[in-house]
Amino acid sequence: MADLLALEGIRKSYNVGTPVETEVLHGINVTIHPREFVALMGPSGSGKSTLLNIIGLLDRPTSGRLSIHGEDTTQLSEAALTSLRGHTIGFVFQYHYLISAFTARENVMMPMLLDHGRPDDAMERRADELLDWVDLGKWRNNRALNMSGGQQQRVAIARALAMDPLLVLADEPTGNLDTASADAVFELMRRFNRERGTTFLIVTHNHALADRCNRIIQVVDGRITEDRINLLEGHSQ
Amino acid sequence: MKPWLTFAWIAALRFLAEGRMQSGFILSGIAIGVGVIVFMSAMLTSVQTNFTNRVLTSQPQIQLLAPQEVARPLRRHDGVIEAAIVQQPTQRILSIDQWQTILAAMRARPDVVIATPTVSGSALAVRGDASRSIGIFGMQPDDYFRIVRVPDYIVAGNSDLGSDDILVGLELAKDIGATIGDKINVTTAMGGSRTLTIKGIFDLGNKGANERNAYVALRTAQSLLGLLGGVTTIDLTVADVYAAETIAQDVQATLPVEADSWIKTNAQFFTAIRAQNLSSALIRIFVGLSVAFGIAAVLVVSVLQRSKDIGILRAMGCARGQILRIFLIQGGVLGFVGSLAGALVGAAALMVWHRYARQADGSELFPLYIQPSLFVSSAALATITGVIAGIVPALRAASLDPVDAIHG
Ligand SMILES: Nc1ncnc2c1ncn2[C@@H]1O[C@H](COP(=O)(O)OP(=O)(O)O)[C@@H](O)[C@H]1O
Ligand SMILES: [Mg+2]
Repeated sequence: MADLLALEGIRKSYNVGTPVETEVLHGINVTIHPREFVALMGPSGSGKSTLLNIIGLLDRPTSGRLSIHGEDTTQLSEAALTSLRGHTIGFVFQYHYLISAFTARENVMMPMLLDHGRPDDAMERRADELLDWVDLGKWRNNRALNMSGGQQQRVAIARALAMDPLLVLADEPTGNLDTASADAVFELMRRFNRERGTTFLIVTHNHALADRCNRIIQVVDGRITEDRINLLEGHSQ
Repeated sequence: MKPWLTFAWIAALRFLAEGRMQSGFILSGIAIGVGVIVFMSAMLTSVQTNFTNRVLTSQPQIQLLAPQEVARPLRRHDGVIEAAIVQQPTQRILSIDQWQTILAAMRARPDVVIATPTVSGSALAVRGDASRSIGIFGMQPDDYFRIVRVPDYIVAGNSDLGSDDILVGLELAKDIGATIGDKINVTTAMGGSRTLTIKGIFDLGNKGANERNAYVALRTAQSLLGLLGGVTTIDLTVADVYAAETIAQDVQATLPVEADSWIKTNAQFFTAIRAQNLSSALIRIFVGLSVAFGIAAVLVVSVLQRSKDIGILRAMGCARGQILRIFLIQGGVLGFVGSLAGALVGAAALMVWHRYARQADGSELFPLYIQPSLFVSSAALATITGVIAGIVPALRAASLDPVDAIHG
């Protein structure tokens, strides 16, 4: 099967050209395959978020190649990257979950609305279907601020899946949740991965959750120190 | 979400609605500013319109007079002045030379609508023991009353003047204790004296004019003022009232008359209007600037508050142009809605003013002229101002780096 995502020699420096220029990623080589459910682990400040932003086309590497389905993205224009990002990648962030000016359903519709330009019934149906799937159908007309952190994160997952992305990137999606909510959120992503085959790349500090992933990548100080298939996946729970 | 709205409109309206406080405050600010402009503009237009209407219905737009007599110093044939002190000539009542020819020339001009001869001078109105000095206007009612609409101001009797009739003002009638059908004696310094019957009493809305002006037939005035066959002025109205001064200068240059246009006689008024228009333009500009800065300030804060939302939207595939549009629309909507509220505030203020600012007798100071175009242009201008004010915040929002916006 073709690689979904291939990173070759990805380096990233911040504050380029200033006296405080620092390289935080020192040549990352990694390949992500379709249907994988990957945990990205490592100490704080090791460069996980930086790597995720580069994979998510939110940031450009200082050097190296990033290809999606074998196609190099480093030469794409900003507008092309934005469009590619909207169609192929879904994001779940740790803190800022939803756009507070909109209801749960409208938040889930947002990626489709951005793509089509105007709202329509099909979008609404798709959003409701996803909300049902994350078990929040009853909350569809609630504003984001009236929901618990776990509920907001489930809406965020529904939103990340709205465009049927090839890849969902989640940066510490459960880092701010209590254990039960964290477990529910994680389980939703795991289930979607199993049922629909969507690829997930999840940054987490939680070893129990990482053990339920089928691949674990360790990043330390901007380098991949460990990359293993988790054969015991799901057996440790 | 409304299917007829595009993403940028939906987001802009939601953001404005969510930031209720900020939106409310800035809208109030815009409403007050636009309200002041609407109120001020309507007042200015009304004052100008009323004055112009009054002038144009109560006096001719151009008057042709006999040239003033000038005394020249007496010189010997070698140029030496013999009598150095020159006395000003007394300005006798003079007839315009060859006025029939000039009148015909005026009537032939396409830019002149009405040309009519008049004879005017001072006289004494006597009834019993009461006497008042008055100015008598002898004229041909058919033409003259189309220029100065005395018949519109008749409050008693009528304006059908025979050769022994006179029209007098309300105050004069009161002063000499006369009413319709009464006879008064009119005498002049030239020795003319006639007994005239009061045919009508008018109220020109001006005490001075009501005290002094009296209208008689042309021949009556000619005989009273000793000007048989002569006229003192030719009164004109012209098609384009604002071209009056140009026409007057043209007439004066080609014919042996002095031509005074209403623009020249009311020069002070026009200077005052020009000054008022200038200051109102300045006020408009400064109100516009404060509206623009107010909107910009609110939107800059909104961009800061929403930077995470902007980051998330960018992550979901929202282009920079869309973000730009969201904030430009917010600026435009604030300007538009604020100016609508301002138009209401201004209109309400005008109505209150019109209701309570009254003359001593309770009649209105002057009628208000409110043009719908004032509201349309205010709204359009405020909307454009809002969009322009949104440019800097919008560029700021669009240039946010999504990574910084989400994590920062
Ligand atoms: N925008 C930035 N400018 C400068 N340094 C940054 C920036 N973002 C992250 N860093 C630095 O890069 C390193 C990696 O950060 P990050 O990718 O957030 O690590 P992690 O997500 O693993 O905690 C850290 O030392 C951090 O201080
Ligand atoms: Mg991080």
